[in-house]
Amino acid sequence: MRVLDAQTIIDAVAAMCIRANQILPQDVRQFLAQGRAREDNPAAQEIFGQLTKNYELAEKTGLPLCQDTGLAVFFVTMGQDLCVQGMGLTEAIQAGTRQGYAQGYLRNSVCDPLTRVNTNDNTPAIIHLDLVPGDQLKIAFMAKGGGSENMSTMVMLTPAQGLEGLKEFVVRTVAQAGPNPCPPIIVGVGIGGSFDLAPILAKKALLRPLGDINPDPRLEALEQELLASINQLGIGPMGLGGKTTALDVKIAMHPCHIASLPVAVNIQCHSARHEEVQL
Amino acid sequence: MAEYNLTTPLTDALVRDLRAGDMVFLSGTIYTARDAAHKRLMELLDQDKPLPFEISGSVIYYVGPTPAPPGRPIGSAGPTTSGRMDIYTPRLHQLGCKATIGKGRRNMAVRQALKDYGAVYFGATGGAGALLSQCITAAKVIAFEDLGPEAIRALTVVNFPLLVVNDSHGQELYVQPKGLVP
Repeated sequence: MRVLDAQTIIDAVAAMCIRANQILPQDVRQFLAQGRAREDNPAAQEIFGQLTKNYELAEKTGLPLCQDTGLAVFFVTMGQDLCVQGMGLTEAIQAGTRQGYAQGYLRNSVCDPLTRVNTNDNTPAIIHLDLVPGDQLKIAFMAKGGGSENMSTMVMLTPAQGLEGLKEFVVRTVAQAGPNPCPPIIVGVGIGGSFDLAPILAKKALLRPLGDINPDPRLEALEQELLASINQLGIGPMGLGGKTTALDVKIAMHPCHIASLPVAVNIQCHSARHEEVQL
Repeated sequence: MAEYNLTTPLTDALVRDLRAGDMVFLSGTIYTARDAAHKRLMELLDQDKPLPFEISGSVIYYVGPTPAPPGRPIGSAGPTTSGRMDIYTPRLHQLGCKATIGKGRRNMAVRQALKDYGAVYFGATGGAGALLSQCITAAKVIAFEDLGPEAIRALTVVNFPLLVVNDSHGQELYVQPKGLVP
């Protein structure tokens, strides 16, 4: 049994919250550059130019990339031979979130759903936990903005609607979102599982690096097809028109009930802020 | 598409000249308000109480900035999605608000109000909050401090870069998605 001090987790989580909000991942930068090169609409090029200046400035000054520093979402993979000492794992992650958002001058964006009163420390974070063999702890963090989250959708399709219904649903979701979720977006798609699992799959898919290859060749082909259909919509950066409505599509799938075909679409804005740490 | 350097407060004549697609560099004082602050503004109006700023000629910016780090007037400060404020916007235009700043589509009622009362909807680049904050030289909370990031702030802006998305003549800059019937 390996013992890990909770303070190590708190400090690592706090550092991730701050860094992820200041430093745009390299793969996103690359895809923004490729998008800019592809566009011939001057308005689209101008947006890409501003986004490039923005991430350069954020990195230089430490200002957050976006004022919506997100709901803190964590995907945690914990080896079952690991023991956290000092406090519970989830308490440590909440404490790290609290510390990171305060020290990093990040916005507190969490409130009571009904009274709308702010919790004033950006907790509670949303934590998804997987237990696996071994004694390692892997924590992935996403700063998930509200604008793109609001444009995300979930549907229980029938088996008869099948693959065609799924494609139509994904493209329609992006079309209806239009300029609202800050395109160019990244589209996470969760297929199958249950009513609750499909959206989690969609969100987890957003953690994959842009441009990677889906290990399932069927899904790889579907990702490419959906990306092409979405970019044919012509919505473009910030809805001003162009070839780049989405930077990438990421799909995760799980077997489902013989009566159902759950499909979830989780939209991620261009400011795709996430980080991972292994402890 | 024209380029304008404008200073607040805005007048009817200035606003009527603007066309969807025009670029505007805005200077002067603008007021921040998003969901929670709008709700409070409506409550004040319902009770016939004065608003915390002069609504006539005003520009409202849909933003909830990050806290100001030491040595800066404000943190990151880009636009939030405007559609959530659609329900409140026509009433503010009726009272003389001349422009709102945000990102994303407005509904028919807002677009009609822009025509009826002579106002515009500006788009700022979403997700460019660090960059946009460089055009803000001062920020002061003037109402609803308890709302934290959602409090109403008076911002002093210099050459704040905006696009006219919806003008007062019924035109819109955003493109319609191709190929799908919504």
